[in-house]
Parts: sequence; C-alpha cells; structure tokens
Amino acid sequence: MAPDGRSAAGGEGLHRPPENPAEAAPQPAPAPLAARPIVEARGIHKHFGHLHVLRGVDLVVAERELVFVIGPSGSGKSTLLRCLNRLEEPSAGIITVDGIDMLDRRTDINAARQRIGMVFQSFNLYPHMTALGNVALALRKVQGKPRAEAAERARAALARVDLGDRADHYPGQLSGGQQQRVAIARAIALEPRVMLFDEPTSALDPELVGGVLQAMRELRKDGMTMVVVSHEMAFAKAAADRVVFIADGLIVEQGPPAAIFGSPQHERTRAFIGQIARH
Amino acid sequence: MTLDDFLLAFFSLEILEQAWPILWQGFKMTLLLSAIVVPLGLAGGIILALLSTVRHPLVRWPLMAWVDLFRALPPLVLLIFVYAGLPFAGFEVSAIGAVAIGFFLNTGAYYGEILRAGIESVPRGQQEAARSTGLTRWQTMAYIVLPQAVRNVLPDLISNTLEVVKLTSIASVVALPELLFQARQAQSVTYNATPIMAAAVIYFILLWPVVRLLSRLENRQLAGGR
Repeated sequence: MAPDGRSAAGGEGLHRPPENPAEAAPQPAPAPLAARPIVEARGIHKHFGHLHVLRGVDLVVAERELVFVIGPSGSGKSTLLRCLNRLEEPSAGIITVDGIDMLDRRTDINAARQRIGMVFQSFNLYPHMTALGNVALALRKVQGKPRAEAAERARAALARVDLGDRADHYPGQLSGGQQQRVAIARAIALEPRVMLFDEPTSALDPELVGGVLQAMRELRKDGMTMVVVSHEMAFAKAAADRVVFIADGLIVEQGPPAAIFGSPQHERTRAFIGQIARH
Repeated sequence: MTLDDFLLAFFSLEILEQAWPILWQGFKMTLLLSAIVVPLGLAGGIILALLSTVRHPLVRWPLMAWVDLFRALPPLVLLIFVYAGLPFAGFEVSAIGAVAIGFFLNTGAYYGEILRAGIESVPRGQQEAARSTGLTRWQTMAYIVLPQAVRNVLPDLISNTLEVVKLTSIASVVALPELLFQARQAQSVTYNATPIMAAAVIYFILLWPVVRLLSRLENRQLAGGR
C-alpha cells in the first residue's frame, strides 16, 4: 500500500456504488458538543486527476475530542486527514484550525502547521539525526529556540512517550514502536492544539502496537484533541468520543463508538465493521 | 634497449632533479585548478539539482536541455570553444577563466544529475514529516533532504570528483601550466621521458587514497551498512 494510504481504489472488494444516493449523503453531526471546535472542515472535495477522492466531507472536531476515522482502503480517510494541515491541497471547501483559515493564501502555513501535530504510518523519522535531533529540529528552526532550550524541551517530549533514555539513539537503532513514539514526541514538542494520526500502528508488529497506543492514551489523558485514522477497534471503543465512517469520499455514518461498532445503521458500515472485526 | 637505457629514459634522477621545480609548479597549478573547478562544479550541480525539484514546465524543459547539452559536449571541445571561440563574439576570456567556465558547465551538469538522483532517493515522507512541523520548503531541503541525498550518492560524488581532478589536465591545451603541461615542457627541454613518468607518479600519489576511499565506501554500500 502506498504510504499515504490513498492508493488502490477498489482494492478490497468493498467498493460498490452506494445503494441509494440518500444513504451516501453526509449525515447530520451528532448532538452539538459544548466545547468550541478546534478543527472545522466544510464541504471538502479532493480530486487526483480523474479520481474524485473526497466528495464533500464535513468534519468538525471539538476541543479535547478524540475522533476516530475508519473506512476501507481508498475511501479518502487519509486524504481528509492530510487536507487538514494542507499536506494535500483540497480542491474545494473550507478548513479552519484553531481559528486559522488554512486555505487562505495569506495564511502563514508554516506557522499554522506548528499547531497541528502529525504522525505518519511509516514514522518518517529523519534517519541522519538522533531521536533528540529529530524532536529538537523544528523547535530550533521553526520556533527559533536556542539550542539548549530546544534540547531540554525535546528531552521532556521524549520522556512523555517513555523514551527519555533513547535520546541519543538513531532511528535505525530503535524498534518500530519506539520510532513511532519518537515521531509522536517530535509532534507534541511543538505544543500543537490538535494531533493527527495517520494509521499510526499499521506498520508495526503486533507486539509493538501497545506502546504506541499507550503514548496516545497519555496524550488523551492530558486533554489533547486528536483525529485518528486507524482500525484499532479496541482502542477506539475504549478511548474515542466519536467514530466517523468514510466510504467513497463521503461520511456515511458517525456516532459514539458503541453505536457505530455495536449497531451500525448503514449497510456499508455493517459490511466494513464485520470485515475488520474478523481480523 | 638495455636496462640502463630504459632507466635513463624513464627514471633518471639527474633529469628529475632538473625538472623538479617545473613539475612542482605544475603540481601546485593542478591543485589550484582542482580547488577552483570542484567547488564551482558542485555549486552548479546543487543549483541544477534544486531547480530539478521545480515541476513547472518553464523550468523543467530548459533545465533538461541544459543538462543534456553540457553532458553531451566533450569537455575539451567546450573548453576550446570558450577560450578560442568566444573571442570572435567579443568575449575575451583568460585561460583560467575559460577553464572555470568550461568546467562549471560540464561538471556542474554531471554533479547536478548525481545530486538529483540523490534527492529523488529520499522518500517523500521525509519532506512531508518536515513540512508538517512547520519547516519551510528550503529548510526541509537544507536539513532533511540534501544531507540524506548526499549520503546516498556519496560514492558517485567522489567518483565524479576523481574524474574532474584528472580532467584538469585538459587545461594544458589553453597553455595553463598545470602538471601535464609542465611535464611536457620539461620533457621537450630535457629530451627525456622522466618528467612524464614523474607526472604520472604524482597524479597517482594524489588520487590513489581517494580511489581507496571510494572502494571502501562502495563495499560498505554493497554490504548495506550505514
């Protein structure tokens, strides 16, 4: 699978057109949350050449909320996530993060991205830098902190993911799980307002998943707003406030994890949940 | 030819002693030329490699034509054209200026292709991770992509540098007194092959350590080590 997870439309036998148009239409958001929204994406469309990957998605994430995004491969869930910090340029729509209009040409995108941490499926640590160097780089070069202060903050971030003793290791000397936790530390060191996780455990051996989920749980406990693209159902059931099911570039259904996993309302959701539950 | 004749023609200490000051001058000129053309070529190469990351057709097509042209032209032809041809268009260029321009165009194109391959060898996710933390496009290039790119193509860069240093001997055709030119001078004055032999030995002593280093790097890369 391509690292960005948007390859191979129709690769898993789940791709048939929606039975009726009404079913595929965006659902109304669940009962409005009291907290103010940190992420507000409205009417997001994304085309890759002829492919219409996102077809009008609305996603609003409240402060301190943990939203899980699930859906078949090629459904557009990773693309949606990557639109939020503009790693992908949406073809149409509005995206506001922490009050900043992300798609406005006048927005300083590099300043805005410091507020949005991102963790990738393939970790993407810089192999030529130590764990400490990986975490400290943006603190120094983006936030302009002096070397000593950046190092101190980087150490603190590594300690938060339980890797305080691995600061001087290079990525090649760390396990996949440790690398992913360094990647989490790299993101949280910038003190973002929201964290995006793009299939953070999909590339990991099963025995290494736990440490990464633990780090995410800690973040959750500290009140971090999180949007997670992942199929870790047990984690979603235990930690998510809301599960969003995307198929064919549209939000098919969303709600609390118990409702989505326990009694999905739509045929597509049922089929998908059934399939991932078997794994 | 007896052994004595042979030694006298190729390894005459007496001739070497006579020719040494001239050869030494030539050696220093070769070092100077290398110290000019290698950084110039690298600078040109980095510019070309960075331009190659721009996808716009108005950059891409001229860039491709430029690189193709200067890789296809024999460096000797290029050098003579700059030195002896450009004056007809009103551009007088000194010998050393002609060498600098010729090498910038030729070796810059080669270094550029090597570095471009290096940049393309760095996974796209590296840039995405860097950009997601707020690094600018150029910071990402400087701190993340280029260091990895250089490391990935280091053997090719060193190999090309080896070729460039050897190629400085073509500066003799525009009468720059580098090592080969000086050896030829000494040879024609002394009517003996010892100066040429000495030049060959000097080139070897200068470049052999680099060749060794290159072998070691290549073996390490084959072994897949870091």
